[in-house]
Amino acid sequence: MSEEMTVTVNGEERQIAGNSTALDLLHSLALDPRAVVVELNREIVRRPALGNTPLCEGDEIELVHFVGGG
Amino acid sequence: MATTVESLADSALSIGGREFRSRLMVGTGKYRDNSTMVDAIAASGAEIVTVAVRRVDLDRTKEAGILYHLDPKRFFLLANTAGCYTAEDAVRYARLAREAGFNEFIKLEVIGDEETLLPDVAGLLEAARTLVAEGFKVMAYTNDDLVTAIKLADAGCATVMPLASPIGSGLGLINAYNIRVIKRRLSVPVIVDAGVGTASDACITMEQGVDGILMNTALAAAEHPVAMGQAMKHAVEAGRLAFLAGRMAQREVALPSSPTTGMLG
Repeated sequence: MSEEMTVTVNGEERQIAGNSTALDLLHSLALDPRAVVVELNREIVRRPALGNTPLCEGDEIELVHFVGGG
Repeated sequence: MATTVESLADSALSIGGREFRSRLMVGTGKYRDNSTMVDAIAASGAEIVTVAVRRVDLDRTKEAGILYHLDPKRFFLLANTAGCYTAEDAVRYARLAREAGFNEFIKLEVIGDEETLLPDVAGLLEAARTLVAEGFKVMAYTNDDLVTAIKLADAGCATVMPLASPIGSGLGLINAYNIRVIKRRLSVPVIVDAGVGTASDACITMEQGVDGILMNTALAAAEHPVAMGQAMKHAVEAGRLAFLAGRMAQREVALPSSPTTGMLG
């Protein structure tokens, strides 16, 4: 088993598998990659690149979507 | 009569190279439930609907994203940067919104004051210039201030969106003169954004000759949002037609409508 690492997702620390990609993170959270935009350390990760974007210890990830607004 | 109305046939509203039939745009926030929102928007006839960018709720305690309720094929989704207090934040939100993949339009808000939600025009101009350079079609929410409106248009904004009155206030059109002069001086469309409270506010605003209105709370906070959506549709159409019709001159004294001759002796 790979070691775990700590990343911050939407402001909260989470333990994830050490070799996770951004896409793995979305899957582990049961999020549809088409319905979410991923920002990794303030840089947007485009959808096609999610599967080959490895996450690292201490990464800060924001997962956003559209909500009601004016 | 039908011929007369037809002769005033309106052109489509063109924003950033896209054409829209409805001059009413509506927000999707603050509705008591999603089905009321969907029905109210349908009743309003709006094509452009605004949405906000926020964190996904990872614990699923809140409702799912708005796209579970609104068909992005049916509506033109206009993302906003509501809640941003700096140009840097607004640019960040705009980039995230574009990455969602619907369009390159952004309703740019840079707020400067928490109580009034009035815009920070310096931050707004800075963010507008950055986003225009990145290829965004910027629709800038701003004060009803001519000089700022001119600067936003000169910066390349697709639309300038002066307020009628503060966001969510329902105070209606406070300064019709300011709105008229902004419309007269700008060549890009002028969409009044925020402050409209009821149908008469919308009608009076459209009578100033502006290209459209964006509203949210007027529908969402009405006792019957669906009925208000319908009322707003009529009000925007009536106000637009009244503007095209050209109103009568106002006078300080009465002028009889009936003949003053032929009265009984």
